[in-house]
Amino acid sequence: MQKSIITVVGKDTVGIIARVCTYLSENGINILDISQTITGGYFNMMMVADLSGSDQRFADIRRDLEALGEEIGVQIHIQLEEIFEKMHRI
Amino acid sequence: MINLEEVIETNKMIDKENFDVRTITMGISLLDCIDSDLKELNRKIKDKITTCAKDLVKVGNAISSEYGVPIVNKRISVTPIALIGGAACKTPEDFVTIARTLDECAAITGVNFIGGYSALVSKGMTAADRLLIESIPKALSSTELVCSSINLGSTKQGINMDAVRLMGTIIRQTAEMTGDRDGLGCAKLVVFCNAPDDNPFMAGAFHGVTEPDVIINVGVSGPGVVKSALEECRESDFETLCETIKKTAFKITRVGQLVAREASGKLGVPFGIVDLSLAPTPAIGDSVADILEEIGIEKAGAPGTTAALALLNDQVKKGGVMASSYVGGLSGAFIPVSEDQGMIEAAECGALTLEKLEAMTCVCSVGLDMIAIPGDTSAATISGIIADEMALGMVNQKTTAVRLIPAIGKKVGDQVEFGGLLGHAPVMPVNGFSCERLISRRGRIPAPVHSFKN
Repeated sequence: MQKSIITVVGKDTVGIIARVCTYLSENGINILDISQTITGGYFNMMMVADLSGSDQRFADIRRDLEALGEEIGVQIHIQLEEIFEKMHRI
Repeated sequence: MINLEEVIETNKMIDKENFDVRTITMGISLLDCIDSDLKELNRKIKDKITTCAKDLVKVGNAISSEYGVPIVNKRISVTPIALIGGAACKTPEDFVTIARTLDECAAITGVNFIGGYSALVSKGMTAADRLLIESIPKALSSTELVCSSINLGSTKQGINMDAVRLMGTIIRQTAEMTGDRDGLGCAKLVVFCNAPDDNPFMAGAFHGVTEPDVIINVGVSGPGVVKSALEECRESDFETLCETIKKTAFKITRVGQLVAREASGKLGVPFGIVDLSLAPTPAIGDSVADILEEIGIEKAGAPGTTAALALLNDQVKKGGVMASSYVGGLSGAFIPVSEDQGMIEAAECGALTLEKLEAMTCVCSVGLDMIAIPGDTSAATISGIIADEMALGMVNQKTTAVRLIPAIGKKVGDQVEFGGLLGHAPVMPVNGFSCERLISRRGRIPAPVHSFKN
């Protein structure tokens, strides 16, 4: 399993999750968990996703998601989960 | 499972607080390149560096993309060139050919800097050490990416005052030869006492002779992250303050450790150390001076600055050593003037002086760093400033360094401008009384009594 964290930050609008999920499902990326909050009209979402079923390269997924974010008007990042594990867990 | 708050915290550090991995530095031993034929030596050096480091930049960029953390610089450090060139180089000009080869290697591999145009002369100079030192002004003025460092003293060996005297002249000559670029050559030249073998930061990185053939060292930074964390505890006591710095240092170092392990695995090169240094940049919010001000002083240099810096430096180390078993290099807080917007402002308004900076170097990880001094400062005075800083390192059993930039044709209050990470700085006043007679004495200052531990 290649766990990654996808974060979406930006102004709340209709269909953000739908657009991101559509891209992920089309590319064989399985979503393990989703959590989100909206503070002051700003949308903050994180998805834990497994990339091991995808035949796309990490760099390409990252580029596609960034482009999708621009289209929707939000920022989308994808990072390997380990950076958060290392920083926040002993 | 990682939660949303933790993810937001990490990404806020990266996006808003200038958290970055400052450098992945590949240390490469050149001992097996030694040859008495200069052409052959240069060929071997080029072959070895361009082979070992061919994937360094690519791997660095890939790791940066996967974890979403900027890796600002990719660098190379090599065995001190005075040791490598000794058999082949008969003149300073011979050594300059090696500097040019190193510069070429840096350009081919795409790294930001290459360090190790160095000599270790704490007790005395070999003929090769002297030739290399004499070649520095030419070497640094005719290359772009080469950095030079000279170790002039150590707690175990004392201070080589002959080399201290020589370096005063060399620093002046380097400033003159790069005078059209505000003395940029001097930004790539540092002298040390107790230089570490595994420092990944420039200008002082070299690959010590005790190191393996090739190694990966990583330098992490993040003054902005510490500053931001401290904003939450303005009214708190020292215990909470220290806890906050330690926790932040821990988190930053863990990312350094992760990047170092990844780079080591992907390049097939052993991992050496993580150097956790709060290394500022001229970017707003990436300043060590700002942290000191957040701790409670009005401007860096005000009374209390040394105490605040001592506290900061120690907590950074304590947090860092918990995060990685191999913390090394300089690890602590850097206080360069030109590379830190808060320091620049403090120097400009007169809060920060050279003498206060000297006191601050007693409790932080490096020394007098990136300080522009008047262009008419004599070589002897520069040597005097170096000797003071070396004495602090020698007696206190710590690394100290001096990177001064004589601003040729400029006086106190004028500005020097280097651009990029090197920043800009006001020319600071230097005590005008002479140390000529001290510096003209021959020989060395003996090691202090507490060095006799055997």
